[in-house]
Amino acid sequence: MTTQILMPALSPTMEEGKLAKWLVKEGDTVKSGDILAEIETDKATMEFEAVDEGRIGKLLVPEGAEGVKVNAPIATLLADGETASPDIASAMQSIKSAVASETPAPAPNPVPQPRAPSPSVAVAPAPAGPAPRDTQRVFASPLARRIAQQKGIDLSALKGTGPRGRVVKADVETAKPGAKPAAAPAARPDQPTVPSIAGIAPLPDARAFFKPDDYEEIPHDSMRKAIARRLTSAKTLIPHFYLTVDCRIDTLMATRARLNETAAKEHGFKLSVNDFVVKACALSLMRVPEVNASWTDTAVLRHKHADVGVAVALDFGLITPIVFHAEEKGLAVISNEVKALAERARSKKLKPSEFEGGSFAISNLGMFGIKDFTAVINPPHAAILAVGAGEKRAIAVGDKVEVATMMTVTMSCDHRVIDGATGARFLQAFKQFIEEPASMLL
Amino acid sequence: MAEPFDVIVVGGGPGGYVCAIRAAQLGLKTAVIERDRLGGICLNWGCIPTKALLRSSEIWHLMHRLNEFGFSADNFKFDIAKIVDRSRKVSQQLSNGVAFLMKKHKITVIAGEAKLTGKDKLSVSRDGKTEEYAAKNIVLATGARARTFPGMEPDGKLIWTYREAMVPPSFPKSLLIVGSGAIGIEFASFYRTLGAEVTVVEVLDRVLPVEDEEISTMAAKAFVKQGMKIKTSTSVEKLEKGADNVTATLKAKDGKTETLTVDRVILAVGIVGNVENIGLETAGIKTDRTHVVVNEWGETGVAGVWAIGDLVGAPWLAHKAMHEGVIVAERIAGVKGVHPLDTSKVPGCTYCWPQVASVGMTEAKAKASGRKIKVGRFPFIGNGKAIALGDADGMIKTVFDSDTGELLGAHMIGAEVTELIHGYTIARTLEATEAELGSTIFPHPTLSEMLHEAVLDADKKALHI
Repeated sequence: MTTQILMPALSPTMEEGKLAKWLVKEGDTVKSGDILAEIETDKATMEFEAVDEGRIGKLLVPEGAEGVKVNAPIATLLADGETASPDIASAMQSIKSAVASETPAPAPNPVPQPRAPSPSVAVAPAPAGPAPRDTQRVFASPLARRIAQQKGIDLSALKGTGPRGRVVKADVETAKPGAKPAAAPAARPDQPTVPSIAGIAPLPDARAFFKPDDYEEIPHDSMRKAIARRLTSAKTLIPHFYLTVDCRIDTLMATRARLNETAAKEHGFKLSVNDFVVKACALSLMRVPEVNASWTDTAVLRHKHADVGVAVALDFGLITPIVFHAEEKGLAVISNEVKALAERARSKKLKPSEFEGGSFAISNLGMFGIKDFTAVINPPHAAILAVGAGEKRAIAVGDKVEVATMMTVTMSCDHRVIDGATGARFLQAFKQFIEEPASMLL
Repeated sequence: MAEPFDVIVVGGGPGGYVCAIRAAQLGLKTAVIERDRLGGICLNWGCIPTKALLRSSEIWHLMHRLNEFGFSADNFKFDIAKIVDRSRKVSQQLSNGVAFLMKKHKITVIAGEAKLTGKDKLSVSRDGKTEEYAAKNIVLATGARARTFPGMEPDGKLIWTYREAMVPPSFPKSLLIVGSGAIGIEFASFYRTLGAEVTVVEVLDRVLPVEDEEISTMAAKAFVKQGMKIKTSTSVEKLEKGADNVTATLKAKDGKTETLTVDRVILAVGIVGNVENIGLETAGIKTDRTHVVVNEWGETGVAGVWAIGDLVGAPWLAHKAMHEGVIVAERIAGVKGVHPLDTSKVPGCTYCWPQVASVGMTEAKAKASGRKIKVGRFPFIGNGKAIALGDADGMIKTVFDSDTGELLGAHMIGAEVTELIHGYTIARTLEATEAELGSTIFPHPTLSEMLHEAVLDADKKALHI
């Protein structure tokens, strides 16, 4: 009987891999323990051993194929005396869909695979007849299937209440439409869809916990919806990590006071601490360009200019207008630009080009006395700097305690783009600029 | 007092004894208290003996058609005493069967009348003696009895309920049947087939008023053709008893009255729950008119006291009570994945001739629900088996949601349709749509092929019409 050799999961988290090299060819006789292929994952290249003996019928995945899904058939194994059977064609068909194409589909729902993280997992018996279809069958009644299709509900995201967990009409009728099937077309980058994750029940409607008279309902406006959608995607899909550093800003405060006193009136500006932060970030981005970047599925985009977004709180939400080419601008220009942008943001007069994009962002809650906090990365940025209040603290300088004006900043980093040390180098640069503002002139 | 039971079921009818069996299967120490005979009304005075009676009338009907099937005989007659006797034997056999089932499942059967003396204890009296029992759970399944009206009380001689109608000492020449629900119509059918002059009075505008209107109309036509008199939109004003007859004053909706003298009257105007003298007040159990109030799990609101079957309300059907018995037993045992009873999946059957059966929504209800619907129909005359049987009158009707393909309801009239309805009940339970039913292979030649055709017809794809 023909069995299918399936793409192994070489680690518990592996979802797909590259078939780096075939070490057998069609017609080769193999026995248990023979190395069949080299499989490359995001972390390593590993050898893939046969666990059964037989003759290689057909190599279904060409050498060098990338994005081969775990459990996709990669070859067939024939028993002695058997010839390749005609159902290869149908197996091939299923391969085509299993191998990721140039434009990758959205990540499949990560369903835990009940298999050991052993590198020698190999030949699974194939069902007789046609090639296996969808490996995770969803049990649902015909009526539930039809209603789900009509309402655009992903059955696999539902918890069935019928016999043996079967999804029945009532489950589909109570489900919220919109959870698209996994095969939905890739979402536009500016409208990330929140993936439904199998096994995680959707959050219950909060109304269930309260009496209708005990609350007021404020329907979502489009900004609230956008905030919810973008930040849920960002916090769910971006692997955040956080770096915190304390900066001594006595010099900055003195410089700012001096400049505001001497030059502000005649040149028409009034510098804020945040203006210095914007400038320091811009220069740090130039010094550590790895941070001035955006993630895409195929490449990191390293930006040539520091386009620094500044989060502005509004009565009805928040928005992040951008100081473009901030590295080229002086403090006075930055200061006036941020003021003008904030003003226009509050009166809802910003143009999309003024708040869409950017390469980095700053969120400053110092004016509220917040000491430090973490912010959610706003894609396409790879990082955001959360800036706390400048405040007098007792610090140790050498062996002496001194009173100093300190400001704590925390950078949230997209680990796909920025590694720990890279982020640390950025904050090192930032600290240097902010503690000695004159160095920004160098 | 003896060691407490896990479950005591009060009433050994179909709801009660099934509940007890299921509880015992789940390892619970179970008892059933029955004041009369195991099997309740269903086995002793309802479903089962009437089916035995109707079988006799069916044979009588066929005897009149012997010639058509190639036989000849004359001077055949029936003996009502023997017919009744057979039906009693059938009941007895099944009641014994229930007793055997109780024994098999090691269920304690306690004879006597039970009365709650608290939420976890009750007293059982029999022959003047009283015993106390305790149970962690008490399931009330005391059933129901015929509804009566003041001035028309059944006397057991001239004015009957189903109970007397089932064991007539002699065959009445003329009968007035008040109420055209399943019980009234089954007796009407039995007595009419055996030759009595039967008049059926129905206060609503059609017979079998819970059924789909089209089916109702077909049934009425068939009954009239058999010689039954049907007076719809008519009520009984009064019944005056004579020596061996009753004179009824009937009042039509338009105010016209008429009198009718008949040998006997059968009252079949619904049933009332047996809520009296079972200690409901003592245990603090709520009732609504003649029914115990329960939630979807049969819980009465008093912890540990449950109620099922006719006692908790419509539909008054043995299979509904049995299903509730299983639900309650499983809830008591903590079985996971139990679902409440969905009445839209409870089939209803009337074993008159021709038979009537249905499940789910009528066409009118489906329309009123605001759905877009499609209706399929298939007549018996298009079915080979029906013609071979010599029963080519009847129809099967399906009602589907046009958008989802859900089988909202199915309605049928004709020979053996009570044996066919389960096909659609299964479909509803499995949530099959017209697509699955349409692609199912039905055996030829059977009446069941009409189930298929009536589905196909909803999409104008019926093959034999």
